[in-house]
Formats: sequence, structure tokens, C-alpha cells
Amino acid sequence: MQPDRHAPPSSLSRARTRAFRLNGRAHAALVADHVLLLDYLREGLGLTGTKRGCDGGECGACTVLIDGRPRLACLTRAGECAGHQVETIEGLADGGRMSPLQRAFHERLGTQCGYCTPGMIMAAEGLLRRNPDPDEAAIRAALAGNICRCTGYVKIIEAVQSAAGSAR
Amino acid sequence: MNRFDYARPATIAEAVALAAEPGATYLAGGTNLLDLMKGDLVRPARLVDVTHIPGLDAIEPLADGGVRIGALVRNADLAHDADFARRFPAIAEALLAGASAQLRNAATAGGNLLQRTRCAYFYDAASACNKRTPGAGCDARGGETRMQAVLGWSEHCIATHPSDFCVPLVAFDAIVEIEGPKGRRECPLEHFHRLPGDTPERESDLAPGEMITAVRLPGAAAQFAGHARYLKVRDRTSYAFAIVSAAAALRLDGETIVEARLALGSVAAKPWRAHAAEALLAGAQANEANFRRAAEAALAEARPAGANGYKIELARRVVRRAFILAHAGTPARIQALPASPFATGALRHV
Repeated sequence: MQPDRHAPPSSLSRARTRAFRLNGRAHAALVADHVLLLDYLREGLGLTGTKRGCDGGECGACTVLIDGRPRLACLTRAGECAGHQVETIEGLADGGRMSPLQRAFHERLGTQCGYCTPGMIMAAEGLLRRNPDPDEAAIRAALAGNICRCTGYVKIIEAVQSAAGSAR
Repeated sequence: MNRFDYARPATIAEAVALAAEPGATYLAGGTNLLDLMKGDLVRPARLVDVTHIPGLDAIEPLADGGVRIGALVRNADLAHDADFARRFPAIAEALLAGASAQLRNAATAGGNLLQRTRCAYFYDAASACNKRTPGAGCDARGGETRMQAVLGWSEHCIATHPSDFCVPLVAFDAIVEIEGPKGRRECPLEHFHRLPGDTPERESDLAPGEMITAVRLPGAAAQFAGHARYLKVRDRTSYAFAIVSAAAALRLDGETIVEARLALGSVAAKPWRAHAAEALLAGAQANEANFRRAAEAALAEARPAGANGYKIELARRVVRRAFILAHAGTPARIQALPASPFATGALRHV
């Protein structure tokens, strides 16, 4: 992170310029200290793929990747992302082509109402980058923090298994 | 969330100076603090973000075979550190039994110790809570008490400390390293958290401005690696706080117990070390009858804080089961559902 060389040691919820990479592109923004990443993405940037579910760290709908690892945007200050890589669901598709995981969710019917889907896919994406060949137990453990009220999870697990299998 | 003064010190000395002001709070992973701030349950005037202080995020092996865990080591990084998990498997198991992957990627070792209770009345601004407002009263008393304490509680507060990580830590004599306005000091984890008494708002031994810099485990803790387990009983087998948990560990000479360790979680305002149970097992045979006696001893002083007497019998059974599992031996891999009595299969450690 670039330190704010001319800033006083502290100041009341000051807006600061924060530079980070968002979905692979350099991004700089003026963000106040108290602004959470979820609010910044949705309201500041219009990236509404990241969902507001419980807004309290319990449902996983707001899962994004920070430096490749799943994190909850609702409990992360936007300012904390300075100097880091942030990825949202909008960054997965490549030139309009679905990512393997997105395609697997589509083909295996891993989506019903769809509200939990971006968070599910980002959590699964984080798992597959760390462990490209997870067994079912590892998938279930990685998605334990993502709540779905429609599917019963079976099709979601199958979708992740399918994406992992097609990458083999 | 209230507006706050945000400071990002580069050194411990700067951090301590910034945090000495009234209303200042340290910020690390933020998974608990930001949530409480969003609910307007805490309103710090200043957040002292310690995450940019170098040197606090290392897992350092110590000469005595122990380990120093920097306060900023993320829960996931500690649990997935192969050397750490091999030498302190019950601690890795406890970490992986806690929260979710997303939260473990953010939450820190130091922050875990300082997380607040999950008492529903503490989280409900409309309820009276002596922790939030000293002297306000406690609506948990006479309320919904299913999850509340059965050990060490007072008329003023019946909340529990929800940490999984702290339970094996206290069983293995972890030491908390602290820096503050008066310099550096250490505190055994067993004495770090306070029972509520008539000051439930004081939850730890930390004085204003003091911060945790590391948690240290002595080499003796690694001697239990072959027979150390964490067992967690909860409403569902993943992503829920414990109703009762136990860390149980044995050092064995054949079937004779040389030394036993036992701590319980979610039964009191602190991770609960059970010395009497340990003493009873030292020199005894490792069998179910003795584990049952140890469980009785561990809960001898328990009393329900309302309609939660079931937790006392549950805790006895969790202790017995945890010792049976520890006696059977630490599995080569951590179970797919860490610390669950229903665990099958293995979660790969990557």
C-alpha cells in the first residue's frame, strides 16, 4: 500500500485515495474510512453482483476474493483493500464467456432463485484455486459459510465437482 | 456505524500511544468489531488499525519446541500451516471447527481471544445488558438461557465466551504476550479472560491501551500431539457456535495416563480449564470409567443459569467422548467436519 505521506496520523472518517486492483484492473478511489467493501462495490461502483444478504457475516452472499481468498465484503472496510487484488463475480467471465465454474452452475442447475449464487461461486472459486481437485467433503467445508434457501445444496456441490472434473 | 477517527500506526509504540486515548479500540480482522459497530452496539471514537505493523503475522518455532503465534496470524493460515497442525493438531482442529472459510481468512489470533460473547441479549440493543451498559441489568437472566453459562457465572452476567481456538490453547498453557503504555508483559491465557462477577464489562486482563502481540505455546504442548482432540457440539455440524466443546489430550505410557489436559468451551465467560479432572487422570488407566470420573470432576461446580441444566450433562458426555477420541489417537488428517462427533472422511490440508 502507498502510505498517505501527507496525512496526519489520524483523522475523523477521512476520505482517502485508495489504489487496488479490481477484477484485474488498476482502480483508484476516494473512500471514507468507515465505508465497507460491500457498500462501495454496490453503491459506489454499481457492481451489484455481490449480494447483500444478512449484512452481518452469516450468509456468505457477499463473498468476494481478496488476494485470491474468499472474504466477506460486508465485514471488510473498502480501505483495507488498498494494495490488494479484489475480485467479484463480475470479473469471472472472460469477454462474455462464462468461467468454467459459472458454466458448471448453469449446466448442473446449481442456481434456483440465484441470490446466493455469486457468493457460492466466489467461495468455490477460492477453493478451486487453492485445491483444484477437492473431494465432496472439502467442497462442503469450503461452502459451509454460504447459505442457500432453495437448492438443498446437492446441485451446488455437483456443479463444483463438475467444474473441478472438467479442469482435470 | 458511527464515524470514527481512523489511525494506522506502523509500530507497536505508535499503536499503544494512539490506543491510550479514551474511546480508542484496536482493529485487526474486524470480523467481530465491524459487525458490532454496524449494529451500533459499540461506538469506538477511534480505531487503531494494527494490521500494518510489521512482524506480528509470523508463526515462529521456539527453541523449546513450542511456537509463537503472532497476533495478526489469520485463523486459516494457522490451521493450514502443516508444521503447526502436526504438532498442535487439536488447535488446528478447533480453528477449522470455527466460523466459515471466509471468516477464517480474515479473523486473527489476537482478535479471536478478544471476540465478544454471542449472547443474544448482548447483541440486542433493546435488551438490558450489564456488559454493554454497566448497571443496566441482565435480560438474559430469566430469558432464553439455552446457550448460556453453567460455570463461573454471576447474577450480573451469564454469557459465555464463544471461542473454539482458546479452548485447546488454555488446555496447553498458552501465554499471551502483551504490550502497553507500561511496557511489555505476559499473562497466562488461563488468567487472561475474567469471570463476570459484578463487572461483566471487564472481559479480559488487558488494561486500557494494551494490545496482544502474540500467543505462545510451550514445547510441552507438542508432547500431546499423538492424543489430542477438540470436540464441538452445536446445533448443526458446520458454521455454528458451540453449545459445549472440549479439548482433551493425553500423554500415555502404554495404557497409563502420564498427564492429561482438559478445557471446556462455551460453558463460561472464559475458556474453562479443568485442573481437577486432569489431576484425577494423572497416573490412572486410560479407560471409559476414568474418563467418566474426570467428566464428573470437571462439572462438579456447574449450576444451571436458567433452563440450561441440560448443558451440564451434555458437557460431561462431551468430555468423556473427547477423551475417548484422544485415547484412540489423533487422526492423520483433520476430519472433513472438524471437531464433529459425526465426522467422516478427511479434509485435505492444503
